[in-house]
Amino acid sequence: MHDTIHHAAATDPAKQLQPTRRGIMIGAVAAPIIIGAAGEASGQAPGALGADAVAVRISVNGTQHDLLLDPRTSLLDLLRERLDLTGAKKGCDHGQCGACTVHLDGARVASCLTMAVQAVGRRVGTIEGVSAATGALHPMQQAFIDHDALQCGYCTPGQIMAAIACVQEGHATSPEQIREYMSGNICRCGAYVGIVAAIADAAPKMQAG
Amino acid sequence: MHPFTYTKPRTAQDAIRAIAAGDAGTRFIAGGTTLYDLMKLDVEAPRQILDVSTLPGIATIDTANPRELVFGAGAKMVAAATHAGLRADYPALVEALDKAASQQLRNMASLGGNLLQRTRCNYFRGGAAYACNKRSPGSGCAALNGLDRGHAVLGGSDSCIAVYPGDWAVALAAFDAVVDVQGTAGPRTIPLAQLHREPGSTPETETSLARDELILRIRVPKTPLGRASTYHKIRDRESYAFALASAAVALRMDGTRVREARIALGGLATRPWRASVAEQGLVGQVLNAATARAAGEAALRGARAGHHNGFRIELGIRTVADALLIAQERV
Repeated sequence: MHDTIHHAAATDPAKQLQPTRRGIMIGAVAAPIIIGAAGEASGQAPGALGADAVAVRISVNGTQHDLLLDPRTSLLDLLRERLDLTGAKKGCDHGQCGACTVHLDGARVASCLTMAVQAVGRRVGTIEGVSAATGALHPMQQAFIDHDALQCGYCTPGQIMAAIACVQEGHATSPEQIREYMSGNICRCGAYVGIVAAIADAAPKMQAG
Repeated sequence: MHPFTYTKPRTAQDAIRAIAAGDAGTRFIAGGTTLYDLMKLDVEAPRQILDVSTLPGIATIDTANPRELVFGAGAKMVAAATHAGLRADYPALVEALDKAASQQLRNMASLGGNLLQRTRCNYFRGGAAYACNKRSPGSGCAALNGLDRGHAVLGGSDSCIAVYPGDWAVALAAFDAVVDVQGTAGPRTIPLAQLHREPGSTPETETSLARDELILRIRVPKTPLGRASTYHKIRDRESYAFALASAAVALRMDGTRVREARIALGGLATRPWRASVAEQGLVGQVLNAATARAAGEAALRGARAGHHNGFRIELGIRTVADALLIAQERV
């Protein structure tokens, strides 16, 4: 997985010049990564694909990716560590917090509990793919800003992906229903009041748009 | 997580042949919400995984058959919960699905896999630091003298008091559902009430399925009791939590008197728990707060409290009583 990151940085001068938060974090944990690589003896080193590796083609936000995957890889780790799509977050990694929510064939799922190999032949949609090609924000993204529906923001990509699906399912017709059908997304900052208001606001705009 | 090979058999026959050729480390996976989760905790460590989630016909739901509802084992929980007509005719089934997990997980988990959901006992999930006869037979049970607030008051043993955590199987138990399975020895049908085992001295054996048997479908006999039914689930929070106590209840009335009742308990026992004595005690009775309470007491008779879970006996009694009164309103 480090190869992919280094490769991207080496071929994209803009990335080298713009110190992103992620870039700084990768630099900061360089030493542990080297230690991790030394763990190859255990047979579990990241990037060391064994005989179990599976060749897959996975569609993410409309782009096809041909990859060789360790079958242990979760869809979340695939997105974050191989495809550099770091919007979906790893909170609990056990399907309990909703921070990793993405869409699979249009339905919201916990990407941390989805084996990446099970996403083959299906459409994966992430927060990176919801805004328009023009750069205009999705109505749900705009509503989260308008209603101050976040504080630290860590759960927000998962909240927004869940919220978009919640509206599409027809489960955003009342505050009570929104609360019930958003219960799989935990916000430790407690921005729930703003989240419910944002979804109630965005629902008719999504249907109009 | 331990390495494993992943393959996707093309037919149920291929899947059964492949699992029969393997050993205890060969496992089926469908939605993965239990197995993959426990693999991350090293509680499960399969060496070979057979993906049965997209086998032909495995996800079909058929409610048009005049005698029974048929749920393909690979159908997602959401598909059953939103199936046309089911909410009106069998509210207990839909409520059991709707009140389980989150919409994300209901989009992932299969109906067959859900039956086999493993316990949420923290000592089981917690790994090698804790004694657990279910995870590591013979190691003991840390829950017996531990934090047992969420543990079983019915069906436990000196080896294990882990609660069966599911909701769907509890509702199915109330409706006399059966499970069609296929193995190397051929097909057979298991009454849902006999699918899950009490722990006894072998808590590691949770079901009556053979290792090479695959659940193909769940069938529920159609019954007029369906309409006057409910799945009443009491949790620490209003949504997205496992049951502290739950009751699947269905009624058939003659005026104010009970003609037939079905009661199954969830969250309280080591397996889906049908309360037949309580059901029989209601027949011929006028259903009111007092008789509903008496039915709850009958359902929880024999319950054994541990250190911290005694409150759930009274909670279970009240859950059954409330469920009966909710179902009565739907007659």
